[in-house]
Amino acid sequence: MTRFALVDCNNFYCSCERVFNPRLISVPVVVLSNNDGCVVARSEEAKKLGIKMGAPAFKNEAMFKRNGVQVLSSNYALYGDMSARVMSTLRTMAEHIEVYSIDEAFLSLEDSQGESFARELRARVRQWTGIPVSVGIGATKTLAKLANRWAKKNPHLNGVFDLTAVEPDEILARIECEDIWGIGRRTAAKLARVGIRTALDLRRADIPWIRDELGVVGERIARELNGISCVELEELPVSKKAIASARSFGHQVESIEKIQQALSTYIARVAEKLRAGKLLASRMEVFVETNPFKPESPQYHASAQATFMPPTDQTPELISSGISLLRRIYRPGFQYKKTGVMLTDLIPGDRVQMSLFEEGDGQQSHLQSVVDQLNRKLGQNTIRYASMGMEQTWKMRQLRKSHCYTTHWDELLVVGTS
Amino acid sequence: MIVDPPVPLERRTSRPIPLFATVPAGFPSPADDYVEKSIDLNEQLVRNPTSTFFVRARGDSMRDAGIASGDILVVDKAVTAADKQIVVAMLDGEFTVKRLRRRNNRVFLESGNQDFPPREITPDQDLVIWGVVTFVIHQPK
Repeated sequence: MTRFALVDCNNFYCSCERVFNPRLISVPVVVLSNNDGCVVARSEEAKKLGIKMGAPAFKNEAMFKRNGVQVLSSNYALYGDMSARVMSTLRTMAEHIEVYSIDEAFLSLEDSQGESFARELRARVRQWTGIPVSVGIGATKTLAKLANRWAKKNPHLNGVFDLTAVEPDEILARIECEDIWGIGRRTAAKLARVGIRTALDLRRADIPWIRDELGVVGERIARELNGISCVELEELPVSKKAIASARSFGHQVESIEKIQQALSTYIARVAEKLRAGKLLASRMEVFVETNPFKPESPQYHASAQATFMPPTDQTPELISSGISLLRRIYRPGFQYKKTGVMLTDLIPGDRVQMSLFEEGDGQQSHLQSVVDQLNRKLGQNTIRYASMGMEQTWKMRQLRKSHCYTTHWDELLVVGTS
Repeated sequence: MIVDPPVPLERRTSRPIPLFATVPAGFPSPADDYVEKSIDLNEQLVRNPTSTFFVRARGDSMRDAGIASGDILVVDKAVTAADKQIVVAMLDGEFTVKRLRRRNNRVFLESGNQDFPPREITPDQDLVIWGVVTFVIHQPK
C-alpha cells in the first residue's frame, strides 16, 4: 500500500531567522510582508499572544512593543536558500519527493518506512539546516496533510504523527471540514448546512451526492479521506505557467518616470527568472493601480497586454514593450500605489521555432548572459538598464530585514571568538 | 506576495574550462586524451553543500588555533562535534567560536589564545553547538 508523508517546516520564515539570530529564540517573532505591510509569519509565542495572520503592522506597533515582539521584514533570499537546503536534505533520505511549496514537501514512503523513519528525517533536517519540521503520514496526500496538522496541534507527539498506524475515525472526527486540504470556507459552510462538519462526516458521506454538490474536486477529497489515493506525487515541477513581479511602492507615486523605473526593475527581475528557467515568454501584461484603501483619493486601475512573436527572454525587448504598455495605461493626476508585470504563455527556450531566415541574435544573448552572471555575483541590479533609474525612491520599505546570510559574501553571519 | 519555488541546490561554482580544444585544421590535439575537469575548490572545502554555511570570525581569542579576525569559517552543521573540534556555538543566546573539550562528563570551551582561560560550561548554561568548523579561509597580510 502506498503511503505519503507530508513534511512541513514549522513557522518557516521565523525559523529561518532564528537559525542566524539566537536572540529570536523563545521570544515572540513576526515576519512582515513586502513593504512591511502585514504579518505573514508568526512564531508559536506570537500566535499565543493572539497575533493574527495578515494583521496590519502599523495598527499593532504598540502591542508589539508592549509584548517584546521581534518584528522583521521578509528576507526571501534567505528563505529561498534555506528552503532549498531543507528539500535537498529530504532528498538524501527519500527517493520520491514533491516540493509542494517553499516550506512543504510530499514524500512517498517505502513499506518499511513509518514513524521511526519520520523521526530520523526530522532530526536530520534539524541538524543539517537548523529548521524544525513536522511530519504527517497518511494513506493519501489529503490524509498526510491532516496527520501533519495533528502533529502540529499536539506538541506531545514531538512533530510526527502516523495516521496509518492508528484507527483514524476518532481523529478525523476532531478535524473540521474547513481544515481539510482543498476545502475552502464557502464549501465548508455548504457542507455544514447538511450536517457534514468534520473530516469523519465527509469520509462517510455519499460519494455520488458529493460529486453532484461539490464536483469532481470534492469527490476526490472524499475518496482521499477514505484512503483511496487520487492525487499522485508530482515529482517534476509543473512547468511554470506565468512569472510575475508586482510590489507596492514605499509611498504613493504620481510621475510616470518613477513608475517606469519600478516597472523596469520588476521586468529585469522576471526576465532573469525567465532565463534561469530556460523559458521564453509569449505574452506580457502590465498594470498600475491607485490605493484602494484610500477611497477619499481618486481611484484608477488599468492593465494592458502585448504579444511577442517570436517569444523572447531578452530584457531590453521586454522593458521597451513594458514601457510602451505603461504609456498606454498611465493617466496623470493619480496617486499610484502599485505597478507590476506578468509574463504568460511561457514555453521552454529550446523549443523556439526560429523562422528560417530570421537572424539569431547571438551577440544579444551573450551580452544578456554576462549581465545575468555579474548580477548574480555582485548582487541584484549591479548592472541595470537605464530605465530602472539610479535613485529608486519608489523602492519598497524593508526597514527590518535581516542579512542575506547564505547568499551574499558581505552579509555573512559574524561570530565573535571571545 | 510572490514566493519563488525553491531552486535546486547547485553550489559548485567552478570556472569552466573547455573540455575539448577546437582544432581548426582538423588535427587532433595530442592533449585531448588528457583533458580533465579543472580543479574546483568547493570539492575540497565543502563536503556537504546542503549543511555547509560560511560565517565570518571577529576577534583575536582563537588566533593560536589558526583563526584570525576577519577569516571566513567553513561550518558544517551535519558534523557531530567531537572533543577538540573547533565549533560555532550558541552560548546563552550569543554566538561564539571555540574549541570544544569534553573531559569526564564536563564540557569546556577553550580559546586559542593564552590570554583567555578555558571556560567550563555549567548545567544552568544554555549551550547549543551550531556547527563544526571544517576549514578556515584566511587571507595573509
